[in-house]
Amino acid sequence: MLSRVAESVYWMNRYMERAENYSRFLDVNFQLSLDLNEDSNRQWMPLVYTTGDNELFSRKYNIPSKENVIHFMSLDIENPNSIMNCLIRARENARTVRENISTPMWEVINEFYLTIKSKRKFEESDMPGIAEFFKAIRNQCLLFYGCQEATISHDEVWHFALLGRLLERADKTTRILDMKYFILLPSREEVGSTLDLIQWLSLLKSASAHEMFNRFYTRITPKNIAEFLILDKIFPRAIRFCLSKTFDSLKILSGTDKDSYGDETEKRVGVLLSEMNYASIDEIFSSGMHEYLDQLQVRLNGIAAQLDETYFRN
Amino acid sequence: MLLTNYQTDSFYDEMFSEEGGIRQSYHILKSRIEGMDDKELLKRKASAEKALLSLGITFNVYGDEEEEERIMPFDIIPRIVTSFEWKKMEEGLKQRIRALNLFIQDIYGDEKIIKDGVIPAEIVYSSSGYLKECKGIKPPKGIWIHITGTDLVRDGDGQMLVLEDNLRCPSGVSYVLENREVMKKTFPELFASLSVRPIYDYPIRLRGMLEHLSDKPNPNIGVLTPGIYNSAYYEHSFLASRMGVPLVEGTDLTVRDDKLYMRTTKGLKQVDVLYRRIDDTFMDPKTFRKDSLLGVPGIFEVFKKGNVALANAPGTGVADDKVIYSYVPDFIKYYLGEEPIIPNVPTYLCSREKDLKYVCENIGNLVVKAANGAGGYGMIIGPVASEKEKEEFVEKVKADPRNYIAQPVLSLSRIPTLIEDKLEGRHVDLRPFILYGEEIYVMPGGLTRVALRRGSLVVNSSQGGGSKDTWVMG
Repeated sequence: MLSRVAESVYWMNRYMERAENYSRFLDVNFQLSLDLNEDSNRQWMPLVYTTGDNELFSRKYNIPSKENVIHFMSLDIENPNSIMNCLIRARENARTVRENISTPMWEVINEFYLTIKSKRKFEESDMPGIAEFFKAIRNQCLLFYGCQEATISHDEVWHFALLGRLLERADKTTRILDMKYFILLPSREEVGSTLDLIQWLSLLKSASAHEMFNRFYTRITPKNIAEFLILDKIFPRAIRFCLSKTFDSLKILSGTDKDSYGDETEKRVGVLLSEMNYASIDEIFSSGMHEYLDQLQVRLNGIAAQLDETYFRN
Repeated sequence: MLLTNYQTDSFYDEMFSEEGGIRQSYHILKSRIEGMDDKELLKRKASAEKALLSLGITFNVYGDEEEEERIMPFDIIPRIVTSFEWKKMEEGLKQRIRALNLFIQDIYGDEKIIKDGVIPAEIVYSSSGYLKECKGIKPPKGIWIHITGTDLVRDGDGQMLVLEDNLRCPSGVSYVLENREVMKKTFPELFASLSVRPIYDYPIRLRGMLEHLSDKPNPNIGVLTPGIYNSAYYEHSFLASRMGVPLVEGTDLTVRDDKLYMRTTKGLKQVDVLYRRIDDTFMDPKTFRKDSLLGVPGIFEVFKKGNVALANAPGTGVADDKVIYSYVPDFIKYYLGEEPIIPNVPTYLCSREKDLKYVCENIGNLVVKAANGAGGYGMIIGPVASEKEKEEFVEKVKADPRNYIAQPVLSLSRIPTLIEDKLEGRHVDLRPFILYGEEIYVMPGGLTRVALRRGSLVVNSSQGGGSKDTWVMG
């Protein structure tokens, strides 16, 4: 397939995944703000840090109020990663590869865009319906994945789509975990309190991981949550799961057998994955959780850059 | 209901005869419309438009940032052509394409037609579509114009005339195909009773034609687009998709060792046939416009060496020139020894002194067009222009007479069109699409473009025109 097409399919999926993650983050934070009776501004800025767009935010807005952060992350056209921009770019990528995707897939993305493109700003009157708004966005993204899964051949196009989605997802999971860990851990005196529980729960919800976590763990503790979101083998938002599926797709694309590797991307993913296969959460905690997540992010970025070099820059 | 108060206003109407009676071919359609209540028709129109929007069948309008994408307004009252009438059009179009192809081959070859004095050399050489770089080239199978969209109009007497030939990158065929799908949902009951000729095989025929241009058993084909900001991008992607071939941009292609390749995730892959939707001079910055970022450096050389087939071949734009157009009836006589089956619109050439004088004095009654204008730009319609506009245009024409032609204002035929909640007559033209491969194929029907503004004669989509489905019967 054309390198440009592979690149567009990859980015189309990264942007959709990003939009979905943002809508989930915002929704969960919004729900959390209803449960907390403290200065709510304190709670919104970390979300912006998670996205890495904090400098742009600070230049544009005076205070990290709920309204400002929601606007910035969802509709702000000047924020290159806002949900709106993700959607515009996902759709633009879809347009450039229409002949490689199915009509239902295109229709999902196009109708999605048409329904939200006229929304410029949230009014106070939108607030009661805002959870619905985020849910609708999340559902559209899920509809897109489902449609993609069910209507296109699982050939090269499909694998590049998966790569975009998985790498974005792994990245967002490291970020949300890092951010929450950073703000939540200092509240040591409140360990076991209702507040603490609510906040840790919100972290799980940010990764849509609440129910699955409960199925495998009996206690909500930082270590358990970190273990689940970093090292779980079968939960689809866990970083190890994402890397393992990334590895599978890369293998199929390069055609090399499991004991050798065809290119640098495959090698990097393979090395990282085997490290994770032999990692334990205790080691991660004792070596420093933040440092570990930071490293992970750097390596994920390296993988994405290498992928770009290997497949898109022919 | 809707048709009771319909007025033909003494124009030639596609559906009603002068006496106000219904033309035979429209009988069934008329009774179907009359059997519907008004709301039903509006409902069907709305659902047709929604389908087009949701499919993203849109075009981009240059310089219009607010509404960068629009659907082409689509009218659900079809235009119906009898098989008898179609046969004549089809033959006329085939004849024209044959003659045009021979002409292009000749002027880049032996130039017999110039030597025999049928067309002056300077007219040919001064055409902006004439590419001296094509001199001596013989494209695969001797075919230059693989895809043509010829614009036909019907004048006040009901006679069909050729308004212009579009040989560079004629667009609109995707609308024809998509409109038809929508119409099958809108009026399913009519298709069987009128035995409307199908058109869905166009992309298959297009692909077959492109394959014919290569001697390889399974040639690699691509559609070359300038990209998503091009007004016809939807069409490029649609055709690539329906043919099952990659849609490529200039940056996807590269020339190595006199061959053309596309960049794939598995390295370079040779391209044998390219349906290009980029104008000649943007195609290769090495040979033509140095500033073009859309094309592929070196592609022209690959074409010249016979290592890639390009459709349409470079250089065909010479016959899009409206001055050259006026000679096409002479080409038909010269190359084929036949009388033209479909006549041209009478045309004044401003490069002729006598014609120039006439045009300047009578601009108020004429349509004056730039020889290489397109899309309704670079033209003036005398009867609706202000004095100042006319004076300014006369100056332009005098400054560059070679670049202008003039034609009488035609009273284009009209057809009932749903305007808000009632049917009104609107002017139309017709663009059939013709493929030249192993044989010449004319798609039965074509794009009927309709001027939606009351009284307007401008049907271009960029000027607010819409489209209708065209049904060729049996």
